[in-house]
Amino acid sequence: MVDFAKHEQVVVIYPHPDDESFGTSGTILNFRDAGVPVKYLCGTLGEMGRNMGTPFFANRETLPEIRKQELIDACNVLDMDLVMLGYRDKTLEFESKYEMADDLKQRIEAAGATLVITFYPPYAVHPDHDAMGAAAFEAVRQMDEDNRPEVWATAISNDREASLGEPDIVLDTESVFDRKLAAIKSHKSQAEGMLRKMQESSNFTGEYDSALQRLRYETFYKVDVDQVDS
Amino acid sequence: MKAIDMEHVQTLLDQFANEPVYIHLETTNGAYAKHFDSNAHNVGAYIRNAEITYERGTIVESDGTYRVGLKTNGWIYAEGITDYEMNDNDQLLMAGHDGEGRLMVALEISRTPFKM
Repeated sequence: MVDFAKHEQVVVIYPHPDDESFGTSGTILNFRDAGVPVKYLCGTLGEMGRNMGTPFFANRETLPEIRKQELIDACNVLDMDLVMLGYRDKTLEFESKYEMADDLKQRIEAAGATLVITFYPPYAVHPDHDAMGAAAFEAVRQMDEDNRPEVWATAISNDREASLGEPDIVLDTESVFDRKLAAIKSHKSQAEGMLRKMQESSNFTGEYDSALQRLRYETFYKVDVDQVDS
Repeated sequence: MKAIDMEHVQTLLDQFANEPVYIHLETTNGAYAKHFDSNAHNVGAYIRNAEITYERGTIVESDGTYRVGLKTNGWIYAEGITDYEMNDNDQLLMAGHDGEGRLMVALEISRTPFKM
């Protein structure tokens, strides 16, 4: 059981609009329902996404504004503060990790975070996920040990359990899943393809049930940033 | 965007010829190709706001999709184009989408830099 109310401020650090909704929105909702403020530092606008809606309604040039609005809508559903960091999709691994970490550190400290949630590099598949997580780890590493927030990290690679073992936190999001699904559906351009695939699968039992089956549990590893290489 | 009208796209390509233009060119099979198929690997290339001048732009049909080539002092081309749009910023957007609407390739031409 996670004692959500023991935290004072959560800071979520992911690179793309929708990373927060697919993987972590149930957790965010639990914190918000416990009265804990949550701030999302979103790295990019997902400008280089391939999904343009199903059928497509966005193009390469309209996608950033569309995803920005989807992100704002999702954060409203999740009742979470939003900061857009202004990096460019698919380029984070070519940025300076230390400059990113320095910026993140200042934002984490200014927010008074007691918990940082980010991706677990190199177990996060997308290069932006790994780079954002590595910068977030580095940001916490550079903080005074006494004032460091707890770090929970999301791993999604196929080899994650072979490498890291069982996750430390497994959260059942069923009690808030209606709002989690609403947050995901805010990302219309990105979610439609997945929802369409669900509908076409042979074991489709309705949107809510099928989504719950796939996305019910959210898992995190608790990370001591001094004990990891990335 | 709408399905390629070859004659119209050719007219638009002609309009951008012989003057400095910015191009955006990309292709990708996505950041999750290997994640979902261990035999695959992720492939992509991307260039945005390269300044070029082309003397001739040509669109060619091939089994229901299209190739577009620009003759510069070298060559630029894209394959698998299915859709196009002339947007409000007078940018010619061309892209190839798969059956699920995902972008697989894009070639765009503009007289002003693409927004960063």
